Amino acid sequence: MAAITQTLGAGVGALAQRRRGILYALAGIAIIVFFSRDVTPEQLATLGLNTTRSVQLLKLPDIVVPVLPVVWLFGALVFGMGLWELARGFRRPAWLLGVTSFAFLATFLVWAARGTSFSLIGILSASLQLATPILLGALSGVLCERSAVINIAIEGMMLGAAFTSVFVANVTGSVMLGLVAALLTGALLAAWHAVMSIEFKMNQIISGTVINIFATGLTNFLNQRIMQEYTQFNNEMTFPFISQMFPELGRLPILGALLFDQSPIVWLALILLVVVQVALFHTRWGLRTRAVGEHPRAADTLGINVFRVRYVNVILGGMLAGLAGAYFTLGSVGRFDKLMTSGRGFIALAAMIFGNWTPIGAFASSLIFGFADALQVKLQILIGQVNIPSEFLVMLPYIVTMIALAGMVGRVNMPAADGEPYEKQ
Amino acid sequence: MKMEEQPQTRSMPGWQRALNALALPVLALFSALLLSAIFILGSDPVVLTAYAKFLSDPGAALGISWKTIVDAYHALFIGALGDPAVVSKELSEYFATGDTKDLTLAFYPITESLVTATPYIFAGLAVALGFKCGLFNIGAEGQIYVGAATAAFVGYSVEGLPWVIHMPLTFLAGTLAGAVWAGLAGFLKAVRGAHEVINTMMLNYVAFNLVHFLLNGPMKRGGATGHIPISRNILESAYFPAVFPEPLRFHFGFFVALLVAVGVWWFLWKTTLGFEIRTVGANPRAGRYAGINISRNFILAMALSGALAAMAGAGEVMGLNHNLAEGFSPGYGFDSIALAMLGGGHPLGVVLAALLFGTLRAGATKMQSLAGIPIDIISIVQAFVIMFVAAPKIIRWVYRLKGEGGFETVLMRGWGG
Repeated sequence: MAAITQTLGAGVGALAQRRRGILYALAGIAIIVFFSRDVTPEQLATLGLNTTRSVQLLKLPDIVVPVLPVVWLFGALVFGMGLWELARGFRRPAWLLGVTSFAFLATFLVWAARGTSFSLIGILSASLQLATPILLGALSGVLCERSAVINIAIEGMMLGAAFTSVFVANVTGSVMLGLVAALLTGALLAAWHAVMSIEFKMNQIISGTVINIFATGLTNFLNQRIMQEYTQFNNEMTFPFISQMFPELGRLPILGALLFDQSPIVWLALILLVVVQVALFHTRWGLRTRAVGEHPRAADTLGINVFRVRYVNVILGGMLAGLAGAYFTLGSVGRFDKLMTSGRGFIALAAMIFGNWTPIGAFASSLIFGFADALQVKLQILIGQVNIPSEFLVMLPYIVTMIALAGMVGRVNMPAADGEPYEKQ
Repeated sequence: MKMEEQPQTRSMPGWQRALNALALPVLALFSALLLSAIFILGSDPVVLTAYAKFLSDPGAALGISWKTIVDAYHALFIGALGDPAVVSKELSEYFATGDTKDLTLAFYPITESLVTATPYIFAGLAVALGFKCGLFNIGAEGQIYVGAATAAFVGYSVEGLPWVIHMPLTFLAGTLAGAVWAGLAGFLKAVRGAHEVINTMMLNYVAFNLVHFLLNGPMKRGGATGHIPISRNILESAYFPAVFPEPLRFHFGFFVALLVAVGVWWFLWKTTLGFEIRTVGANPRAGRYAGINISRNFILAMALSGALAAMAGAGEVMGLNHNLAEGFSPGYGFDSIALAMLGGGHPLGVVLAALLFGTLRAGATKMQSLAGIPIDIISIVQAFVIMFVAAPKIIRWVYRLKGEGGFETVLMRGWGG
């Protein structure tokens, strides 16, 4: 595994290059061998670009491709790239990984859709949806860790916020107040985390675990005590989709389904992504935050209040995690279900690491995780075609997380003081 | 501060030192129970309506709060240890007539507590051993399932072996599977620097799905009805035998757990490998300068931790359920984090804490049926226990305690990259 991840990544040296070349050439052959199974020569695959919506501004033709030639084309492409790497070498091996991943996924989709049709637009739209809580969680992680506080409690904050959002939305009858409650819950749990890890200098991983166990226990407890006894508190409450508010936008080809058949929280997440990216690298607050994360003592000497910066960032991060929690309920299914976040908080952490502690990087990696998630949701339809038990598809995002972590940690620039409590001298 | 404190503690008599060491965990647990009571009250409609009229009738509100809490914790006590009145009545009846039938029933709750403590001992040792090497294994739950699935498979598929061979074989197979499972996380940490907390958590989800797949596919019991997928029963040659007759479920796994606890103590404090593991946990840098292979110790400690957790799963299959069922562990692996910290990371402490957690969980089951309080209250208690044990300053400040100490572990700060 280590050799593989090392080889996939940006290892240097002639040996690493040769190994990498051979590996990618083999990957090309594997694509051809694996995806030629059960395919008849004339079989076609249809990748749909239209939604089921009756009124559409422009109906696009679906992409219809012959399966075998596509498999051979992409397989040969990867094989050729491997040979090129072996002979000459690419300047940026990361491209090799990117193109190969794309080739693999494209081939897989075409192969899974052989002899039938499959909505491409559907899976892309679902990817963005499923990436949203991961993106928000990763942004939460970025905010906390850039000021050197590890936040492993994103999962717990999401779960707690998901619960209160539904409860408050049902009690008050207002989805908006539900959202506010989610933000407050995230902030409150984050404040607790901050006090434990900044004030009491508790190990931040343990402090985060306290929040995770607490949130899991409390939401299960209240779910049984309140939601199941008084079901009127767990009615479906969601924000209307953008396309429901502006029907014209929803009728746009491709974009309609991709961007506008979405909850406003998706848009909010994208806006916050830009805000955090700009704020972190182009404002005074961002400079201070990074200074506190890299060298708190120096920042302190220059008159920055290290503790205050950390408190503010952790609490803001908690609110982002709270928003992610609200997405699970108000932005998606509308109800609370026990343990509904199912590890997405941890995946968000991996996305943050994979994205090198930058918002943009976190976004790119959450899209990858979102796509892995969407695959397992959407491929259920093609389950007979794929011949993989659904449980293995469910495992996919978790395994992707582990591989991503193994490949990335150690070669990324994490904040230098990450995880260290600050002691004033 | 520490320098001045030490001679003073050393000059104390033994019992006082023991009392001192006990004060922190006991007060931590007491405070955690107290805080958790708030959540019991806050989610009780009767109590809440009483508080709505607090200004006009404060006595009623406080009275009903008191009654709710007392009822809840009374049910917990009865459920965990049995009703003292019933026990003494049945005991005198036994001495008078020699009738054991009702007596076994009176002792049912307390043996159930021991039955529940059994997996806790294994899983608590698992997490504690990880701590000793500076590793935080939050994947014990998944490792329990992996161990149980493997033990169940070996337990029913290997036929024709005598008990003396089949039983240990089944136990070892489960243990080994857990070692490999967790060893992967240790390997990824040692070689790639990937943090074990995320990887063990991810491995949990993989394990749950794997068990789900196995129970609905290859390991599915033919003709099984009911909601919960279940495997075939293991053969009797792979059982941990029961200690008492039915309906008491207390089995020999408990004694195996105690033996393993002694073994872990011996390994950590009396062998070179154990010393290396503790050195890496106390100070990896010092370990490296002393020529200790840090990577190897990470992998070894994680594998051993997984092996111990898997024993919990194998023990449940072999001593209690005799099959693999989905969701058979109500979270022993997650609970064991708080348990290991409460036990101070020492095998003896872990055994004591496991007995306590066994009684807590067994009691909470009763509390759920008698007082209608969901069993998840235990997780809330645990969160507070971990907090108080990990930040002893809070407890010392609240109870005006003097002295140093508390839970000491050097977990990796940061991501360890």
